[in-house]
Amino acid sequence: MSVGSYQSSRMRLVAEERGEPRVVSNGVLGMVLFVMTEIMLFAGMISAFSIVRASSAIWPPPNQPRLPFEETAINTLALFVSGALLILAQRRFAESRRAARAPLVGSIVLGAFFVLFQGWEWASMLAQGLTLTSSTLGSFFYLIVGTHALHAIAAIWLLFRTWRRLERGWLHASQLATAAVLWYFVVGAWPLIYWRVYL
Amino acid sequence: MAETIHVGHAEEHGHHDHHEMSFLEKYVFPLDHKMIAMQYMFTGMFMALIGGFFAYAFRMQLAFPGMDVPFWGVVTPADYNALVTSHGSVMIFWVAMPVLIAAFGNYLIPLMIGADDMVFPKINRLSYQIFLISAIIIIASFFVEGGAFGGAWTAYPPLSTKAQYSLTPIGSTMWITAVALEFVAFLLGGINFITTAMNSRAPGMKMWDIPMVVWMIVIASILFMLSVGPLLAGGIMMIFDQQLGTAFFDPDRGGDPILWQHLFWFFGHPEVYVVLLPAVGIVAEVMTVFSRKKLFAYKTVLYTAIGTGVLSFTVWAHHQFIAGIDPRMANVFTVTTLLISVPIAEMMFVYIATLYGGKITLTTPMLWALAFVFEFLIGGITGIFLGASGNDIYMHDTYFVLAHFHYTFYPIAIIGTYAGFTFWFPKMFGKMMNDGLGKLHFWLTIIPFNLIFLPLFVLGASGQHRRIYDYTNFPELAQPWQQDLRQLATISLVVMLGAQVIFFYNVIKSWMSGPPAGKNPWNSGTLEWTATSPPPHGNWPEGLPTCYRGPYEYSHPDHDKDYWPQNEPA
Ligand code: HEM
Ligand SMILES: [Cu+2]
Repeated sequence: MSVGSYQSSRMRLVAEERGEPRVVSNGVLGMVLFVMTEIMLFAGMISAFSIVRASSAIWPPPNQPRLPFEETAINTLALFVSGALLILAQRRFAESRRAARAPLVGSIVLGAFFVLFQGWEWASMLAQGLTLTSSTLGSFFYLIVGTHALHAIAAIWLLFRTWRRLERGWLHASQLATAAVLWYFVVGAWPLIYWRVYL
Repeated sequence: MAETIHVGHAEEHGHHDHHEMSFLEKYVFPLDHKMIAMQYMFTGMFMALIGGFFAYAFRMQLAFPGMDVPFWGVVTPADYNALVTSHGSVMIFWVAMPVLIAAFGNYLIPLMIGADDMVFPKINRLSYQIFLISAIIIIASFFVEGGAFGGAWTAYPPLSTKAQYSLTPIGSTMWITAVALEFVAFLLGGINFITTAMNSRAPGMKMWDIPMVVWMIVIASILFMLSVGPLLAGGIMMIFDQQLGTAFFDPDRGGDPILWQHLFWFFGHPEVYVVLLPAVGIVAEVMTVFSRKKLFAYKTVLYTAIGTGVLSFTVWAHHQFIAGIDPRMANVFTVTTLLISVPIAEMMFVYIATLYGGKITLTTPMLWALAFVFEFLIGGITGIFLGASGNDIYMHDTYFVLAHFHYTFYPIAIIGTYAGFTFWFPKMFGKMMNDGLGKLHFWLTIIPFNLIFLPLFVLGASGQHRRIYDYTNFPELAQPWQQDLRQLATISLVVMLGAQVIFFYNVIKSWMSGPPAGKNPWNSGTLEWTATSPPPHGNWPEGLPTCYRGPYEYSHPDHDKDYWPQNEPA
């Protein structure tokens, strides 16, 4: 364990020598790189969907329900607020750790709400006859939204662990930032999905 | 974010407690970057033998149709397809990638930048484990009902998605699953490589002091990570089509089969640069040492590599000139393709300029490095022919294409690997390799290699199509001279495969009883040569090095020795 702190001091040394005021931590940089790949994953799925949709003569496919874009707008709002709360948590954390607790918990709860709401939405879509195999709309809907939901669940789990660390007083700002990068990605990708898939 | 400075959490670095490690911890589930590198290296070499064996089996069928191939038996049409597909997939995903990026990246990055390990050792270990599982899946697919997937390594639908066409209901899904897992493994590896190279460099090592091979592996990792997403998406869609009854790629039900080709080649073309760049870097290291000169135009090489990377995202549809894309699009992709040969040509000139006027010593690694340049040049030049869409309409899917990409891939995956392996062998194992055997192995590999693929250019230009099981069914392709060339290629392959025994013998013999290498047998200036050979856990237990200058200060006029190690204070 001692080498861990040694490494961090060394990193600071490298940064100082180059005259850089700060350096991106390993965790944040690693997560940013991961997110970069995920952005391309979603770009691939969404452009595939756009191509199939643009080349279909009739859209939406016959006998398929419309996607519930009004309800989802509410859910989108919940997700945005969650993201904003996390920004607040990060700001506050820099001053006082305790003050970060409430916004962090709020962010997690709203994130969980988003996922549950979506589960409910899936149930109603399935009841209306939109399934994975009923049409290309259904296939892409469950593929894209499902992949997003999996990312959301992973990010919430990470935020939850972050919160547990905060409660125990073990949390580093860089760990909070690492989890936050993933959540900002989940929040940021959603409007694009909403625009390309729902509208 | 001022507090982000608190990094290097106990969790990530827990393994550095210096307790005695058990056998399992040390060799089976290691966290040490060098041991993980060796796992990747030897798994990759093992897979290369398997891929080579596949090539042997289907080449025998082409040269001597219907024969009972020793160690395989009669190659049926289904066998043939499975062998060709698995050969291509294995060579690219389970040989070139693990050896060039994962093995050399893991071994070299921490040692060359003066770090004690990767920044995320546990992610590193996970990366290898996922990779190993993917390798097991691809091999196991030969033993399931219906056999291994036979729809080519490009897996175009509908052949790949419909079991009634492919006749490999399980094999197809195993293939795409294995590929997807392999991608995840390299994603984890790439995150490690980039973060380590950016954050853990020795004090004093500025951007331009980083050895070229490290830069190349970093750029390759970035390219990989930016290109793999769409193909992962395509892979998930393919698995859904195969197993869950969706119709992403099925035109009858609203899907689009060409979509897969775009997703595949959007990754597939950058992928060739993903494997090319590390080989370019390895060759740069070898050449500077054995010509005792600075790398010519370091920064230009770096910018060129980045430029190549950016351009490589704009050429993918040159694989689809006859797939029915818009002819205006074909023009655009012709131009970008011809453009991308410019930076590649420039790199070749940089090598030549580096050699120019140097004190060249023809050691085994140097021979491999020189061969890389010569052979790759042939691949690059024939690529220009194919990039011209008018010409490619005739050439596409012939053996001319096949010979072209083997003249690129073989120098990368095989020649580049041998250059690097023989160069760093003294560091990895602490012993010198036998140079005489090394050279024998070199010539017995290089000459047959050319005798395999030069005839295939001729056959391709005469109209020989790829992915044909038996040419005797096509009278215009079954002329005696054509069959002679096929046999020449196959016999050369057998000779070449046989010559690899010399290599493995040399490795084992030198490892057991070669002369001790010492720290720096080649009088090289980069940091890895300041650690003991082989480097212990932690690399420099006496204290990590500090960097004072660039990596290639050979024959410097202000210095008495002809090399000036990076860690030596001025
Ligand atoms: C050991 C010497 C090798 C020989 C003799 C050989 C020969 C061949 C032949 C004859 C084919 C195509 C057969 C057909 O289309 O009907 C082929 C396909 C291919 N090879 Fe090789 N090869 C060798 C090494 C390599 C290496 C080192 C790589 C890459 C690093 C490689 C990558 C490929 C790829 C990507 C394909 C296309 C597979 C497909 O069509 O799905 N090969 N090889
Ligand atoms: Cu290409």
